[in-house]
Amino acid sequence: MSIEAISLSGRKKLVSNKEMTFWERMYIVAIVKGLMITIKHLFTRKVTIQYPEEVREMSPVYRGQHMLKRDEQGRENCTACGLCALSCPAEAITMKAEERKPDEKHLYREEKYASIYEINMLRCIFCGLCEEACPKDAIYLTTSKVLVPSSYDREDFIFGKDKLVMPLDIAMKNAQLKNAN
Amino acid sequence: MDSSIIIEKSVIILVVFAITMLMAMYSTLAERKVAAWLQDRIGPNRAGKGGLLQPLADGLKLFSKEEFEPNTPNRFLFFVGPAIAMSTALMTSAVIPWGDRFHFFGRDIILQATDIDVALLYVIGVMSVGVYGIMIGGWASNNKFSLMGAVRAASQMISYEVAMGLSIIALLMMTGTLSLREISAQQPGMHWNVFYQPLSFFIFLICAFAETNRTPFDLAECETELIGGYHTEYSSMKMGFYLFAEYANMFISSTILAVLFFGGYNYPGMSWAVENWGVNIANVIGIAVLFAKICGFIFLYMWVRWTIPRFRYDQLMHLGWRVLIPLSIINIIITGIVILRAEIAIYLGF
Repeated sequence: MSIEAISLSGRKKLVSNKEMTFWERMYIVAIVKGLMITIKHLFTRKVTIQYPEEVREMSPVYRGQHMLKRDEQGRENCTACGLCALSCPAEAITMKAEERKPDEKHLYREEKYASIYEINMLRCIFCGLCEEACPKDAIYLTTSKVLVPSSYDREDFIFGKDKLVMPLDIAMKNAQLKNAN
Repeated sequence: MDSSIIIEKSVIILVVFAITMLMAMYSTLAERKVAAWLQDRIGPNRAGKGGLLQPLADGLKLFSKEEFEPNTPNRFLFFVGPAIAMSTALMTSAVIPWGDRFHFFGRDIILQATDIDVALLYVIGVMSVGVYGIMIGGWASNNKFSLMGAVRAASQMISYEVAMGLSIIALLMMTGTLSLREISAQQPGMHWNVFYQPLSFFIFLICAFAETNRTPFDLAECETELIGGYHTEYSSMKMGFYLFAEYANMFISSTILAVLFFGGYNYPGMSWAVENWGVNIANVIGIAVLFAKICGFIFLYMWVRWTIPRFRYDQLMHLGWRVLIPLSIINIIITGIVILRAEIAIYLGF
């Protein structure tokens, strides 16, 4: 096979420098063709999404705001192993581990827990690697459509446990649903 | 002088002025809407129902903007520029026949501010004065981009005026009059001039695009090369006047196109309507028809704007001097031969 016949993209086209005929040089045919194309678009469906009233449909694999899960009894799953922080390519996660006291058995599932767990939302790229790394099913990226609210203060973008841990009533509701099934 | 004629003409002038302003205003909305539709978008729809109050909002915004003045030695000319552009844009509407005639209170009311014999000449004259608005504004801005835009506008308008005038001469040879009222009256039913003078219409249409500085001939204000062209330094309502004048010009040239080539207020079955429904109703339909034609041309302006990219400057000059002017001269010769075919046949001894 000669090199001229090979087309990597499959869209190979020979450049032609042929002289235009008189009618082609008038451009009238080309202009009318163009006008026909634009008028067709007058009647096509409009692609605009009227934002405040309509919201764009999210992808089924959309990854939104993180959540630290609780189990059926409302205890936090996280054991502060640090694998999420290690896997995070943006280095957005920091945590501080602490040993569980005997009277905190109803709060934390394992003997060790994260006393401080922070995600810097300015650094986070929502890749979901923390979710994949977690051995305890503790951190998840939810499908929540609530985006990180804007602020003038950098401190506001560091989300602590108060914003990340799943609310207790949701955990209880999930447990009830699971039992019903 | 009859006092009732003064009242009549004053009312007509006021109404024509108001309609011109209204059409120019809503052309801005239509432009944005058509642009959006041709690009698969919806366009402005927040101000009022379907965006109907958008022109008012735009006007209000322009009024509330800072009145900026460049450090120019020609401060007076800087103010005069937009005023000339605006007044020449509005002056042309005086001679346009908006309808045939109403019959009220036992007297005929002619829907035309003034029926002068040289109406067409007047229109072309006023339109050429319009270039002064751009030229003076661009000169007085004391800015090289403005000056470039003004120079381009001036040379473009002068070049295309020649072809425009020549294309009209062929039409005038046929109609034998310069009065727009008589030209309208000569096209009853479907006997529109466009069917007899298609080439003349075509040249006039292209020149009208160039005269109104619309794409593909908007070299005077091409954003990609000259920032804003002649109105780079203008702000607030002076800027608004320039933009408004452009849309008023578009409306007027659409009207001229409709009157000269598309029969003006005439429509098929007009004489039947006069006989059966009376003069007034037939005339109301006539006005509606004229405005439908005008809106059609305004749409054409916008449609072309969002289809054809801007000409290069040398292409523009090539088209004007080496294509349109010879074409219109050929058109004049052909028209002359057709008009004088009987005499020529006798002369040649057929």
